[in-house]
Amino acid sequence: MEIRLEGVSHHYADMEVLRDITLDIPQGKIVCIVGPSGCGKSTLLRLIGGLEQATGGRILQVGDAPADCLNPLTYIFQDFALLPWRTVAGNVSLVLEDHGISGQQANKIIDDVLNRTNLQSFRHAWPRQLSGGMKQRVSIARALAVNPAVMLMDEPLSALDSQTRELLMDDLIGLWTATQFTAVYVTHNLAEAVRLGHHIVLLSRRPGRISDIISLDMPLNERHFGDPVLEAQQARLWTMMRDEARAADAELLHG
Amino acid sequence: MDKSNPVASAVKFRGGGFAPTPLRGVGALVFFALIAFAEFGTRSGFISALTLPRPSDVLLTFKELYTSGLLWKHLLPSLTRLAVGAALGVSAGICVGVAIGLFSLVRAGLVPVVAAIFPIPKIALLPLFVIWFGIDEGSKYALIAFGTFTPTVVATYGAVDNVDRTLIRMGQSFGLSWFSIVRKIVLPGAMPGILSGLRISLAIAIILLVAAEMLGAEYGIGAYILEAGALYDLERLFAGVVILSVIGVIVSATLGLLERRLLDWRT
Repeated sequence: MEIRLEGVSHHYADMEVLRDITLDIPQGKIVCIVGPSGCGKSTLLRLIGGLEQATGGRILQVGDAPADCLNPLTYIFQDFALLPWRTVAGNVSLVLEDHGISGQQANKIIDDVLNRTNLQSFRHAWPRQLSGGMKQRVSIARALAVNPAVMLMDEPLSALDSQTRELLMDDLIGLWTATQFTAVYVTHNLAEAVRLGHHIVLLSRRPGRISDIISLDMPLNERHFGDPVLEAQQARLWTMMRDEARAADAELLHG
Repeated sequence: MDKSNPVASAVKFRGGGFAPTPLRGVGALVFFALIAFAEFGTRSGFISALTLPRPSDVLLTFKELYTSGLLWKHLLPSLTRLAVGAALGVSAGICVGVAIGLFSLVRAGLVPVVAAIFPIPKIALLPLFVIWFGIDEGSKYALIAFGTFTPTVVATYGAVDNVDRTLIRMGQSFGLSWFSIVRKIVLPGAMPGILSGLRISLAIAIILLVAAEMLGAEYGIGAYILEAGALYDLERLFAGVVILSVIGVIVSATLGLLERRLLDWRT
């Protein structure tokens, strides 16, 4: 399944946030969306997942989701969005219950996703007992449980410290290498973009337009912390957006 | 000061405080001190018997009440009124509060109504309730139900408003049904607020119990207190008041237990 955006634009009241975004999210690839703060990248992600309606243009789902997919478009949120009154297993079970999956069948899925995210020993822990990195792993496990066709990741590592971020990037690369999932990955962190993105979409400041799309051919599992090629790409990206970022920073909020 | 060898002094501590810690037994000690003071005062005579009954006399009256079997005769109807009235008011209040929290139309329609009836002293409406629901138990249930209803509504919709919206978006993004979102995200999220509202509502229910038994009640703690008050029988008055206090403490302790059970995920 692929996602196709055709001339998508969006307004909040009289403020234009996105203008004429045309973009393909190819199957099995991670597309990173980067841009200065307030450029509408998170809005774009909400539009793609159907949590908001675009005021203009079309967002298309091309092809069918696999038969065993419970929730084709699945989010991973920056603030984890775990229910504090459910344990780790309970939080994963939440998204299965509405599909009539419970008991043995649910346990099998929960075991599988907790294994894939190395959370087996935290099965009965409460969210408040977990570190930020562990919470985000639970949120990833929950997303994996519904077998998504496309993962929509909204700054998933931005609430974590830089060391945890490195660890989780390695986890994500491991997960992708195992299953080649499709993902839209919104971030303001260029290091994450060059490590995880097959394609990097650069948005301009508000109203967000696509100013460039960069493709990186290096396989994900060969991208490592401090790789000179990646650092050169990151530096290039930063040169491209520095002026925009500075201008966006100097803008008054809410008009 | 000698620059090459400056004087070293310890950094002055200025943190700490502002962090209440539970202290066991202090509450009981304060109770004991107050009662001991009253007992001593009335015995030595510097508190006249007209101002305050002697605690030991109150205890004797209470014992009499117990041995004569009258205690249960008064207590049972009161507890029934409290339970039925509060159950009606609290359950209706939670339902209306959740509806206000979830539906804009209900909110726009009912929030002003609730604001209008909240400050009415419910005691003033007792004659009206007697006409509407009869002089028997009906009017008593209605008064307590009405009195607990409004604070429960206000606490509930405030609690629903405070449920983390990102959790609701999360539920929607996973395709949870509306009903599932309400049952699994909104209600548990609102539970801490609803329970603390319940503390206030149930205290109000006990206050209104006395008012409810002003008209047409032969037995009941409220009736007992009012009768003793009319006769200026301070020992009996205080015995009745102590019973109400004990009911209050029991209700509060039960709620504390309920909170620990339902909100074990918090700490």
